[in-house]
Amino acid sequence: MSANLVVPTMAEMMARGEQPEVLFWVGCSGSFDDRAKKITKAFVKILNRANVSFAVLGTEEGCTGDPAKRAGNEFAFQMQAMMNIQVLDGYEVKKIVTACPHCFNTLKNEYPDLGGKYEVVHHTQFLKSLLDDGRLTIEGGQFKGKRITFHDPCYLGRANQVYEAPRQLIEKLDAELVEMKRSRQNGFCCGAGGAQLFKEPEHGTKEVHVERTEEAIGTNAEIIAAGCPFCNTMLTDGVKFKEKESSVKVLDVAELIANAEDL
Amino acid sequence: MEYLGQVLFLLLLVVGFGFFIKNIKKLIRNIKLGRDIDRTDNSSARWKNMIRVALGQSKMVKRPIPAILHIFVYAGFVIINIEMLEIIVDGLFGTHRAFSFLGAGYNALIGIFEVLAFLVIFGVVVFWIRRNVIKLKRFNQPEMEGWAKRDANNIIYIETTLMCFFLIMNAADYYLQGINHTHYTAVGSFPISSLISPIFEGVNPATVAFVERFCWWAHIAGVMVFMNYLYYSKHLHIFLAFPNTYYANLKPQGEFNNLESVKKEVSLMMDPNADPYAAPVEPVGEPEKFGAQDVMDLNWVQLLNAYSCTECGRCTSSCPQNTTGKKLSPRKIMMSTRDRLEDVSKILDANNGKFVDDGKTLLNDYITPEELWACNTCNACVEECPIDISPLSIIMDMRRFLVMEQSAAPVELNNMMQNVENNAAPWQYNQMDRLNWKDEN
Repeated sequence: MSANLVVPTMAEMMARGEQPEVLFWVGCSGSFDDRAKKITKAFVKILNRANVSFAVLGTEEGCTGDPAKRAGNEFAFQMQAMMNIQVLDGYEVKKIVTACPHCFNTLKNEYPDLGGKYEVVHHTQFLKSLLDDGRLTIEGGQFKGKRITFHDPCYLGRANQVYEAPRQLIEKLDAELVEMKRSRQNGFCCGAGGAQLFKEPEHGTKEVHVERTEEAIGTNAEIIAAGCPFCNTMLTDGVKFKEKESSVKVLDVAELIANAEDL
Repeated sequence: MEYLGQVLFLLLLVVGFGFFIKNIKKLIRNIKLGRDIDRTDNSSARWKNMIRVALGQSKMVKRPIPAILHIFVYAGFVIINIEMLEIIVDGLFGTHRAFSFLGAGYNALIGIFEVLAFLVIFGVVVFWIRRNVIKLKRFNQPEMEGWAKRDANNIIYIETTLMCFFLIMNAADYYLQGINHTHYTAVGSFPISSLISPIFEGVNPATVAFVERFCWWAHIAGVMVFMNYLYYSKHLHIFLAFPNTYYANLKPQGEFNNLESVKKEVSLMMDPNADPYAAPVEPVGEPEKFGAQDVMDLNWVQLLNAYSCTECGRCTSSCPQNTTGKKLSPRKIMMSTRDRLEDVSKILDANNGKFVDDGKTLLNDYITPEELWACNTCNACVEECPIDISPLSIIMDMRRFLVMEQSAAPVELNNMMQNVENNAAPWQYNQMDRLNWKDEN
């Protein structure tokens, strides 16, 4: 089925003398992590279905530098940023969409000061705009009436005040959106941010992702919706730890929409 | 002899304000030890933020019970201090209730003061119960042991005492007014103290007058003491909340600053025309440290943050790492920064304003790498702070020092950063494989 995916690169587009409407920044997770690649493909399927003219950088894309920056390595971050900005500016990119809130935050907030000025949106915002413009229709399908809770990624929510787009998309599925006690501004981290994904946690009494997963499971939701590949990994681990894989699924908002449409 | 009271009063004010000004000067000197950061932009947004967050307490309402109690104490503090004006006039000119010529307005004002004084006592009593009887978790965490706990209770005791003096003074006054004792003419309205005044029934009027005078003096003297206690206390927030919210970071919380010193180096590296053998253009001096090892490496807003912190612990109680038993506590980051800054301040005092190395630094001696490496940079602490303090910015600057000056990151993070530098991904995948997902099933 993935043979049907149409994923042009910026280089190909440029060779044809075309400029896409938007650049899809896939990110490292979306490119390499097996779980996150499914999110990438789900999002591409929706873009294809909605006939969005987009392109990816492919092998010309490199880490935004976010994990290095959060770890304190400003050199590695700025080197990555400068290289990416050269590539993006070379293709005269104006608008970027990404399914990773960490890439989103860094590109949107930290690149402008280094000379990289683009309109950057999270994929849930982009999907919402497709919906508003009538370019995409969402039907509940298999998720009709299902209990879904949305986990706010820190770098989408608190960091950038994007709370509504993902929720509005979920509600379009005719699903029952239930909130965890700690949501929106009070959202509780999945435990991955700040480069924690890449290291062992410090000594404590509990793991952050287990605490958060318990809260999500406590809503009796059948699906924990996420909007971030890191959160997805942490919450999936949490569900496994709680041995709830058979009753609770962790899915990205893009996957919910793609699955509902049977894409 | 006639003017003895007035002279004593003037002396009290001069000494009280004298010490207070000395403390303020020291406070400003210490905050200025920080590096420069420009927060002069966007003044209208800054004023709005200050009015909303500090004056309007907008971030307190998240937790309604302490918010209401705090409003009582806050309103009490601000409004009852109007009474201080009259006390000062009376004290300096030997008058009694100098503002009573205001008539009905005066009566209303005194009535409001009394109700507020009662609400302040109610508020702080509940605060005391929350801290010492119910023992709410956020008031009883490790960093709150010792002075921090005593300080919090001291404030409660001082405020209760001050309000009691105020109410008993009024009660005595009201009683004396009732029996037409000498100059105690009937002015003011006393909704609360009129309930207390019956205790003076049958007491010698001269004694009651002495009680009234004693409470008046004790109240003003207490205010002077309290004012000078502030510098040593978390209670400094009653003033510093205002500049702290004015100079707060107004950018999106997710935006971390790009280090200027690194920008220069990176742009040189990226410039194909840069001459690697060129002599440095800038005068050779001590190069600026990357990140923060000590309080002098932090910026002055971060140091202002440390002095403004009220140690309420909302940050720590919302921190994902602290709530899962890790050592990191954002409140402790602020408290440790202030502790270190105070120790530096003492060194400056002892050495004519010159800093002499005491072999200690904020990093390691006050804040450990274990705390710093636990942070998720999730901004929960920043979001939660009722006066816009950012413990996260201090954590980040110290991480930068650990990584860029000491190469002291946890080994897994070193691997991650090496991957980012070598193959443009945090994992060991080849950049040439970035689009493979397209053709995988």
